[in-house]
Formats: sequence, structure tokens, C-alpha cells
Amino acid sequence: MAVPSPEQPRILVGLVAMVRRDLLLAWKRPGDVLNPLFFFAMVCTLFPLAVGPSAEQLTVSGPGVLWVAALLSTLLSLNSLFMSDHEDGSLDQLLVSPQPLPVLALSKTLAHWLTSGLPLVLISPLLAMTYRMSTDIVGVLMLTLLLGTVCLSLLGSIGAALTVGLHRGTALLSLLILPLAMPVLLLGANTVSLAAGGEPYATGIWALAGYAVAALSLAPYATAAALRISNE
Amino acid sequence: MDTLAMGNYGVYVWSCFALTLIVIVFSDWRARAHHNQVYRDMEVRIKALEDRQ
Amino acid sequence: MWKFFHQLASPPHFYRLAATLMPWLAVPALLLIAYGTYAGLFLASPDYQQGDAFRIIYVHVPSAYLSMMAYMFMAISGAIGLIWRLKLAHAVGAAAAPLGAAFTFLALVTGSIWGRPMWGTWWEWGDPRLTSELILLFLYFGYMALRSSIDDTAKADKACAVLALVGVVNVVVVHYSVEWWSSLHQGQTLMKKGGPGMDADMLYPLLAMILGFTFLFGALLARRIRTEVLYRERRTRWVREMILSPEGGR
Repeated sequence: MAVPSPEQPRILVGLVAMVRRDLLLAWKRPGDVLNPLFFFAMVCTLFPLAVGPSAEQLTVSGPGVLWVAALLSTLLSLNSLFMSDHEDGSLDQLLVSPQPLPVLALSKTLAHWLTSGLPLVLISPLLAMTYRMSTDIVGVLMLTLLLGTVCLSLLGSIGAALTVGLHRGTALLSLLILPLAMPVLLLGANTVSLAAGGEPYATGIWALAGYAVAALSLAPYATAAALRISNE
Repeated sequence: MDTLAMGNYGVYVWSCFALTLIVIVFSDWRARAHHNQVYRDMEVRIKALEDRQ
Repeated sequence: MWKFFHQLASPPHFYRLAATLMPWLAVPALLLIAYGTYAGLFLASPDYQQGDAFRIIYVHVPSAYLSMMAYMFMAISGAIGLIWRLKLAHAVGAAAAPLGAAFTFLALVTGSIWGRPMWGTWWEWGDPRLTSELILLFLYFGYMALRSSIDDTAKADKACAVLALVGVVNVVVVHYSVEWWSSLHQGQTLMKKGGPGMDADMLYPLLAMILGFTFLFGALLARRIRTEVLYRERRTRWVREMILSPEGGR
């Protein structure tokens, strides 16, 4: 194994350290992780209360409602992605660090996904059951949410980086991210609906996976560029 | 009259053309007014600076 | 050749050039649109399925086309501005956004008016084109909101350029995903688009309108770019000299 020279920052080490730090921070402030989850659960509760508890209606609207709730809850947690780092000055430190900025952006996003997307995927079966989804469909839902939340975290990190340090950040962030996130929502929710209707749904999964891979390779660069612009 | 009625689709067809005209003319009229305003503001400011010197 | 580009990138030169170009863009635009409107409304024979309602495409299709083109334009000028650090390119992007939004709005409303007699409803979610246009309108709103929330022009320029570039990739994804989605829900018959299947007396006015609208876009954009350049360069010497000169520079 080649030993990296001292000038070369070891990218993987930086990535892991960054993720570790963000996870530790999240552990110390569990509210940041739990609040979006409660929000997700509550939005899912709103719909049956608003449209009535009839089983057919819940089965039809379930995938869409869960997906919209997931999108909104991700949006809620995105606002704080760079906020505290910006406020305490650690973002400035990251910008001057020898690590390539896209890698740092990727690790921030990864930490965000681990603390918002992944828990959301894990509690989604609970809510899906209340919408009378069968076990197979819950599997499809979890798979689409798994891929979809990766896309949303990556897209959202671009928006969060563009709006970091701005007043009226939350409303602006939603305005920037929601139109970008619409294809993800469309693919995710409709794939689950197709599966629920017993139709072939593989196209949607592949499209989401393709989106996730493309976002994974492109979004960190956009986020890094946006961070530089917002902090110059 | 038959031409204007457009086989009972007249309302739809004419309103589309009229709306397009209105939006384009209005947008350019606003852009023009904005340009003139920016120019006048600068003219006032620059001439005032010039007089002071 | 390089001298030409260098001159093009200099704000005073561009400011004057835009003024000179405006009539050269506006006159062909008006001629083409006048012909297209007349021929489209009166000469083209009614569509065998849609009757005279199809004439709405003579304003809908050019608006829809410009709404996409303006976004591409914004993204390309953003990229040029980021890569070559050309401030002028950012001014072009800033000027193109409200125009693009206006044409997107027109495409949406004319599409919706067309839908009323055809589908019996003002809005049909199953139509992929209308849905994509709506998302495009939101993208424009986001771009303009971001620009107006950042006070520092140079910073706003770069942030908006990044957003436009991300958005342009997204427009493609939106197009295909919405198409897929509407095919699932057995979308309504789509608005007929110009193409080889169209009769010549229907097609030529449409082509004239598309070309005319493109020229018109250029003319409208030129005016907005001049305002942007004038405002951005307000503290420079050339603006001061131009304003103090007897002939002015409005």
C-alpha cells in the first residue's frame, strides 16, 4: 500500500473525521434529529384527519402522502446543515483546510443523510402500516425513500450552501429546493403507487438510482462552489 | 364575422393573442421606464457631484 | 477576432452595441410576428380535429420555446461568468430571468386557455408539457428570489449562476420524469406540435412566429441588459463621462 506523502491530505480520513464530528454534534443535540422525524410523523397524521379514514382512500394516497411528508421533513432539517458551522466560524476553517472542499461538502451531506434521511427510512414502515400498506409495498417504499433521501440531501446541500448566512433563509431555501426536488418526489411516489397497483415498477427504481448516482458525483462540486461564493 | 368567431373558439383564440400582446408590451414598457429612471437618478447624482467640485 | 471578443466584453462598448442592435432585432421581429399572426389566424386552414382552437399554438409554442431558451441562456451566461469571470455575462443572466419568467407565464396561461375547450378544464395535470412549464416557472421564481435576497451584486451573480446550472440539469430530468409520469396516468392527447406532419400553411406561420419571438426576445433582452450594465457600472468613469457628454447615453 502506498503511503501518502505528508502534503497530500488523506481524503478518506478527512471524510470520516468530518462525519464523525457531525454525528457527535447530532448526538449532543438530539432535537435536531428528532424534530424532523416528529414532523414527518405528524404530516402523515394530518392527511387521514383531513380526508377521512376510509381504507381505499388511504391506500391510494398513502405513497404520495408519505413521500410529500418525507420531502418536507428533509427540507426542514436542511436549513441547519451549514448554519451552526457558519455561526461559530468553523465553516471558515473548513474552507481553508487542505482537504478538497467537495469532499468536505460530501461528508457534511453524508452526515446530514445519516441523521435525517436514514432515520426517516427506518420509521417509514411504521407510518406506512397505518396507511394499510402490505409488507411488499413497504419494502418498495423503503427502497425508494432510501434512494430518494440521498438525492434530496445532495440537492438540498446545494441550496443550503447557497443560502447560508442569508436572512429569510428558510423560505428562500424551500423556494430553491422544491422545484429541484419535484422529479425525485414524482419518481419515488409513483414507483410506490405502481408497486401497490401490482404493476411493473423497476423503471422508477432505476431512474431514482441513476439520479442518486448522478447527484452523488455532481452535487458535492456544486455545494463546494456555492460554499465558496457564500463565504467570500 | 365568421373569421372573428373562429368556429366558436373565438374567445379562447383572441384572448390568448391579446394576453400575449399585453404581457410583452407591458413588460417592455416597464423595462423602458425602469431604464429611464435608473438613468435619471444617475444623471441627478453625477451632475450634483460635478457642481460641488 | 480576439479584439472583437475583448470589445464585446467591455461594458461601454456593449452598452452602445446593445442600443444599436435593438432596432435590428425589433424590426425583423415585428415583421415576422405580423406575418405569423395574420397567416396563423386567417390563412391557415382549421385543424381537422381541433378546429380553430389550434391557432392558439401560434402564441403558445413560441412562448414555451422561449421559456426554455431563456433558461438555457441564463445557465450558459452563468457558466461563462463563472469560468471566465466575466461580469457582463452575469448581467445578461440577470436580465434574462424576468423575461424568461414572463414567457413561461404566457406559455402556461395560453396552454391552459387552449385546454379549456379541448379538455373541458382549465388545468390538466396529466399533460406533461404544462406540468413541466409550471416547474420551470418555479425555477425562475427561485432564481429571482435568490438574486433579490443577496445584497452584494458580485456574490448574487455567482450564487445565481450556480443555481441556474443546477437548474438546467434539472430541467432535463423534469422533462423526462414528467413524461414518464403522464404516460402512467394515460395523459390526455398532447397539444399538436409543429413537425413534418403539419401542413405547410399551418407550419410556415408557426416557424415565422418562433423566429419572430426569438428576435423579439433579443430586442427585449437588449433593453434589460443595458439597464443592468448602466446600474452595475454606475460608479465608473465611462458612465460619468457618458452622462455628462452633450449627447447623453440613454
